[in-house]
Amino acid sequence: MSKDKSTPLGRVRNHGAAAEGTGHFVGQRVSAIALLFVATWFVLSAALSMDGPTYLAAIDFISQPFNAVGLILLIMVALYHMRLGMGEVVNDYVHKPFAKMALLLLNTLVPLVIAAGAIFAVLLVNFGV
Amino acid sequence: MAGATRPGDRPISPFVSIWRWHVTMASSILHRVTGVGLYGGMLLLCGWLMVIAAGPEAYEPFGAFLAGPIGQVGLYLLVACFAYHLANGIRHLVFDTGHGMKPSDAETTAWFAILFAIAAPIGLWALVTFGG
Ligand code: HEM
Ligand code: HEM
Repeated sequence: MSKDKSTPLGRVRNHGAAAEGTGHFVGQRVSAIALLFVATWFVLSAALSMDGPTYLAAIDFISQPFNAVGLILLIMVALYHMRLGMGEVVNDYVHKPFAKMALLLLNTLVPLVIAAGAIFAVLLVNFGV
Repeated sequence: MAGATRPGDRPISPFVSIWRWHVTMASSILHRVTGVGLYGGMLLLCGWLMVIAAGPEAYEPFGAFLAGPIGQVGLYLLVACFAYHLANGIRHLVFDTGHGMKPSDAETTAWFAILFAIAAPIGLWALVTFGG
């Protein structure tokens, strides 16, 4: 997020509102509005169109182009939203500097790695051998 | 100020001896709990995609887990978490516009989010089971 939302004093001192708080706030809400549609679509369409958690039902679902694009969108937006949200939870409850840094680092890396793996999985189901 | 009396309807901050449970407190903490639950749910969804891509043998234990009692109850709870977080998330977004924050309104919508979280997974389950 750009620093334009910071206060002039914050920008000069590079403290307070010059940090990323406002950007996170906006990002959390923009991703919430996107998820309102994408995640609701996924829950309904997965529950109603797959009969049971079988391999074939899953392949069928993922290999429809509309569903594949929807899944990739869901992965990107949900993982962004939940990373921001969980960052706030960690900041609220974890106060020991080392544990806090470690959890925040984990909260950045795990969603990134998982997102890359899951998006690759959707592509593989559609274009793999 | 001489003669100033305490207005009866002045808001009082929570205090050891003057405190009662408000549904809005439950709604706030539930948003966090369901958000963390959904975090787990998304990791599960991503794991599901990856074992599917890895082929039928890799999928086998995962599918058996989902079809089993823990998996089915887990999916049901995830839908409940989602329904709550969705309804209460909309509530948050409305609050952000400055609306709906009168205590009586906030309590009504908090109850609505909780009831929705109870009703929605039952409705979806019924639709999947009996909907053909
Ligand atoms: C798979 C989907 C989702 C996941 C994994 C998720 C996860 C989270 C997490 C972990 C938080 C932080 C909780 C906290 O700080 O207390 C959060 C906050 C939030 N979520 Fe979600 N969420 C999802 C879907 C949604 C949807 C669909 C909406 C909108 C209707 C939404 C709206 C919000 C809002 C507005 C906040 C900020 C609440 C606040 O400021 O206290 N989320 N979410
Ligand atoms: C003077 C006393 C208190 C002050 C100034 C205070 C202030 C706050 C603030 C600023 C928040 C965050 C609100 C938000 O997320 O928008 C909060 C959340 C909360 N408060 Fe208090 N609070 C007080 C006492 C209490 C007490 C006595 C209880 C219950 C025993 C309580 C229960 C909660 C709960 C359950 C949340 C939501 C927590 C979460 O989302 O993780 N508070 N409080």
